Amino acid sequence: MTAVQAVALVVVALAGTAVALTRDPARQALVAGIFGFSLAILFLAFQAPDVALSQIVVGAVALPAMIIYAYRKVQRREEVERGQR
Amino acid sequence: MTRRFRMVVFGLGAAGLAGLLAWGFAGLPSFGSFDGAYGQLLAHLTVPERHATSAVSVSTFDFRGVDTLGEEFILFTAAIGVLVLLRGQRAGETVAAEPIRQREPAAESKTLRSVGTALAAPVLVLGIYVVAHGHLTPGGGFQGGVILMTAFLLVYLAGTHLDLRRATPLGAMEAAEGTGAAGFALIGLGGIVLAGAFLENFIGFGTVGNLVSGGVIPLLNISVGLEVMGAVLVIVGELLDQRFLVRRGDR
Repeated sequence: MTAVQAVALVVVALAGTAVALTRDPARQALVAGIFGFSLAILFLAFQAPDVALSQIVVGAVALPAMIIYAYRKVQRREEVERGQR
Repeated sequence: MTRRFRMVVFGLGAAGLAGLLAWGFAGLPSFGSFDGAYGQLLAHLTVPERHATSAVSVSTFDFRGVDTLGEEFILFTAAIGVLVLLRGQRAGETVAAEPIRQREPAAESKTLRSVGTALAAPVLVLGIYVVAHGHLTPGGGFQGGVILMTAFLLVYLAGTHLDLRRATPLGAMEAAEGTGAAGFALIGLGGIVLAGAFLENFIGFGTVGNLVSGGVIPLLNISVGLEVMGAVLVIVGELLDQRFLVRRGDR
């Protein structure tokens, strides 16, 4: 195992833990994006560039964006419901 | 159940999991050792038989055949599911004439606006590049499609348009999604009709390493790119649209 691979593994472990420890969903989406990007670096370090590219676009772009949009939608509904009371 | 008891149960479970994981990982073959026959076969057949240098693309778009059609339609079906769900909800809602929040442009900061504007065109070119070179280098329709989607999203983020519909004609995106999916299926069926198997190549292979080479694989990448870009933008547009909806009877 090369130094790059070892560092990538450690970074992934740290980023994954950070995602689990973040409580606010909006922040969590951003941290999950960073975690997705660190996974992509890991795949690249282990010589899987194709998977790394998919991981960047899905893990670092699409997934956090979807979480934020869905979260915003739920929040909006809560605002409306609170306004009704 | 007290907190202490829960911690003991969790501790036992975590220790057991850690032990099993360590045991399992200890028995893994070392990195890079692989003795599957198909992997070697594909790696050696890709360039001479299909004139494309990206073994992954050739495996998914040629050798694997009809399996890829199922994969291709995962996102398509998911997008339709989201649309049905969100538009069904919308039937019970009205478009808010006066949203609770004042309508503000998406980009409130000048930095976001200038960075978004500066990035949109390069990202678009990068997306086209990744789609077009799918058969030569890592990447392809799926990755390139999401990158293309990001370019439109950057225009939305940088602009003053509240409505993704105006930054991105969503009707055209729905058409792109459908065209991409249909194009993929049709090229696959063309393989059955003209060459004998689903996704089998039926046009000239070209010279190895050229942009136009690899037979139908570049065409398949373009189809997938269109489909992925359309599907993700349609989903994102629908979710963004819902921000400004209030349920009927709220006012």
